[in-house]
Amino acid sequence: MELLIKNGSVYDPSNGINGDKADISIKDGKIVNEVSSKATVIDAGGRLVMAGGVDAHSHIAGAKVNVGRIMRPEDARSGISPRTKLTRPTTGYTVPNVYAMGYRYAQMGYTTVFEAAQAIMKARHTHEELEEIPIIDKGALTLFGSNWPTMDFVREKNMDKLAAYISWGLLASRGFGVKCVNPGGGEMWGFGKNVTGLDDVVPNFDVTPKDIIVSLMKANEMLGLPHSVHLHCNNLGKPGNYKTTLASMELANQVKASRNRQVLHVTHLLFNSMGGTNWGDFESKADEVANYLNNHDNVTGDMGQMIFGSATTMTADGPVQYANAKLLHAKWGNGDVELEDASGVVPLYYVKQVSVYAIMWATGLELGLLTKDPYKMLLTTDHPNGGPFVNYSEVIALLMSNKKRQEEIKTVHEAVHSKTRLPGIDRELDFSEIAIMTRAGTAKVLGLLDTKGHLGVGADADVSIYDIKPDQIDPSVEHAKIKSAFSSAAYTIKGGQVVVKDGQITATPMGRTYWVDARVPEEHTNEMMKDIVKKFKNYYSIQLANYMVQDEYLTHPKVIKAGAIPVEVS
Amino acid sequence: MTVITDALCPFCGCLCDDLTIVVEDNKITDVKQACKLGASKIMGHHRIKAPMMRKDKNSEFKEVSYEEAINEAANILSNSKRPLLYGWASAVCEVHKKGILLAEELGAIIDNTATVCHGPSTLAVHEKGLPSATLGQVKNRADVIVFWGSNPVHAHPRHMGRYSVFAKGLFSEKGRKGRKVVVVDVRKTDTANMADQFVQLEQGSDYLVISALRAILSGHADVVPESVGGVSKEQLSKLVDTLKTGKFVGIFFGMGLTQSKSRYKNIDNAISLVTELNAFTKCVITPMRGHYNVTGFGNVCAWETGFATAVDFARGAPYYNPGETAANDVLLRKETDAAMIIAGDAGAHFPADSVRHLAKIPVVQIDPYWNPTTEVANVVIPVAICGVEVEGTAYRMDGVSLRMRKMVEPTHLPDTEVLEKITERVKALRGE
Repeated sequence: MELLIKNGSVYDPSNGINGDKADISIKDGKIVNEVSSKATVIDAGGRLVMAGGVDAHSHIAGAKVNVGRIMRPEDARSGISPRTKLTRPTTGYTVPNVYAMGYRYAQMGYTTVFEAAQAIMKARHTHEELEEIPIIDKGALTLFGSNWPTMDFVREKNMDKLAAYISWGLLASRGFGVKCVNPGGGEMWGFGKNVTGLDDVVPNFDVTPKDIIVSLMKANEMLGLPHSVHLHCNNLGKPGNYKTTLASMELANQVKASRNRQVLHVTHLLFNSMGGTNWGDFESKADEVANYLNNHDNVTGDMGQMIFGSATTMTADGPVQYANAKLLHAKWGNGDVELEDASGVVPLYYVKQVSVYAIMWATGLELGLLTKDPYKMLLTTDHPNGGPFVNYSEVIALLMSNKKRQEEIKTVHEAVHSKTRLPGIDRELDFSEIAIMTRAGTAKVLGLLDTKGHLGVGADADVSIYDIKPDQIDPSVEHAKIKSAFSSAAYTIKGGQVVVKDGQITATPMGRTYWVDARVPEEHTNEMMKDIVKKFKNYYSIQLANYMVQDEYLTHPKVIKAGAIPVEVS
Repeated sequence: MTVITDALCPFCGCLCDDLTIVVEDNKITDVKQACKLGASKIMGHHRIKAPMMRKDKNSEFKEVSYEEAINEAANILSNSKRPLLYGWASAVCEVHKKGILLAEELGAIIDNTATVCHGPSTLAVHEKGLPSATLGQVKNRADVIVFWGSNPVHAHPRHMGRYSVFAKGLFSEKGRKGRKVVVVDVRKTDTANMADQFVQLEQGSDYLVISALRAILSGHADVVPESVGGVSKEQLSKLVDTLKTGKFVGIFFGMGLTQSKSRYKNIDNAISLVTELNAFTKCVITPMRGHYNVTGFGNVCAWETGFATAVDFARGAPYYNPGETAANDVLLRKETDAAMIIAGDAGAHFPADSVRHLAKIPVVQIDPYWNPTTEVANVVIPVAICGVEVEGTAYRMDGVSLRMRKMVEPTHLPDTEVLEKITERVKALRGE
């Protein structure tokens, strides 16, 4: 099947194309040099053309998300639409059902999304949901930061075993990369405790969060995984935590990247760029964090932008969720996973007139605007922690228009003036910078820039066309049009197939699930497995034979090969 | 002879995954490690031989072909204005997915056995959340175990050995000796006989007793009378001490809490107690789910429809309002005019008035076994046994999903195929 997109105003920054009038040729699901005269033609008519959106951090599937749904029928009741001949019914705003996840991302022009956290033991559940999310390509990052085997091997300083465990854990969970949440804290939450900083010793395991982060980064680079370690810092959500964040980022200097990307991705930085000592003197330290990123090339981050209104916070950071539930008198879901990690789910509502929320809202935007290189600061809302992903268009409009920001600032708590620098920032991002934060940069951070996030020959034919003519719009003034256009794509093309036209779903193909098959020398695996066998014999409540996710749960797998030993190229 | 190791048990919510199954000539000849309940199900009994139909509920069943039974089932369902699809707990998740699709197609109500079991727990979760953990977390850490209105000795026989009372782990190497076991119940059950502390309360006073515990815990013992629900204040204070001083407290509750007076409010109160206990120590709470995959239905239904149970598709979009849209709501209101009962036994477990209404309307039963629902059915479609003859996914009571193995070749069609055929037939009847 051939497709030709003509007369697009193309923004493809990783290929140096910034608004040029260009045609995109598509054949058999890939971008090609040219197509025959039989190709179906889409006339973009000068409208904005970008690669399909790529999201590196969103909670779209698995145990936490479903606990959110079960806890919140009130959320499911918003966003309801009946089935059509083509689509299944949709429900939910912060915790949409699986169908809405796929449709809504596609309707925004997004075609690839990564679930941000799965415990290995609950990965089967994640994949059951991923299998039912239509259209988009997806994958899931696997939690390693509080796993008993991780901490044992870190304490023993046995990097071969640690790398072998990560390799095996990715296979067991069919995971894409190494996620590390509040390292050490997940274990301590097993007894209702937490770590308070990078140098605390985790009882019974005799390792510190610092040891865990550094060792995971080293093992990650030994394995040459596509993505770097993906870190949710210790002390998330606490005033003054920016110091922990900066100290965590500095750890990246101890490790050399094995590929052309960062060695550490620090996620949802909004929640980790907090100054002050309590909620009374709480202030934004986004400038310090952005400044660090501006001066270092081995660390990237994403915003985790907050959206006013309803959110459902969900994270493997169990203790922070207990604290949230207690502080807000909110309902509390807790889901510790034996030998692996903690987790919690708490709904909340971000109110413009609450000073803390106003400061957090501004902090996210400061991160996006003060970080000079958009390849270092991806656009996320940490869906649905900062807010639901359907609001990305709002974030884009805010980043592109100082006018819109100033209008918004007038409606939020005045603390935004004294506790953040947002009112004085006049930077306005352009289409290329947005394309980087939502496409090229995300793909690069994930290690997928060969096929995702760009429109060069050989890339997956994932394309979005938005109803804006870049040469005829001033995003600064016409921000409402920007928001409207990015919320509902004129076309979304996934793998060469038109899946959305004028904001409506036109086809619902199954996307692929990415996972990484990272090989290590067999003797390392054998040594490591001796420990794993003991863990199952003595501690796990299930059998090793029933632990790994079976092939049946990945009907459309996309395997990325990596590893510490040379592997055959497929 | 084939020996299958690490097989899963398709009986209760413990979902034990360490069974050894011996198969000879496609017959299971031995089941090792399983409890009596599980072994009995796996060894098989009372199978329905062939599809059956009858003209009316007073006449005898006649054996028919699958095609005839499936066509008649589709006729009944597509002629219905208010169809109910109920059961699901003894089937794997793959069956649930097909069921929800059929419910969408029909505009039906789909509900599962939780409605007469832990449905109230789900309502409480809507109110307060669910501070829980996997069973292995309890096994490795818990030094205080509480069974409230649950009787694992009889209902979940291997729970205590595998996950709770006797289980040994990293921080619980002494097993039973290192644990305090508390049982709260209205009668002295066999589980209570093994407890270190047995709190016997009066029928229907759970809510009061939990409130008293919360008052004492929060430093307001002065407002608690000398006796609450038949339990002395001294005993209540002792229980609060036990809970507060535990390093890790695991509370397991059953139908004694969910189906007694105050129902979901009991669980709501219990979850509040757990949340408050976390200011002092670690405490988690887990429902003792009955069928091996009742938890799975709640999960599949939630991720597909947004709601865990009692979903009404009459409007085309999912609508959820337990009290209005649960199986017994529509049966007691005599609103349902046809029902499909699958992998659950409404005939045995529903209130008499609901069963009376089922006896008056056309009923399709899909099940491997002959049971009281068969007595009110018009069409009976036997199926292969999930987890014995069909592989697939099931969710343990703590939400851990596992893949069930196929032990022997099926002698009947699997549920998924029957549902697919009914759905196809319904579409054809509607000219789609």
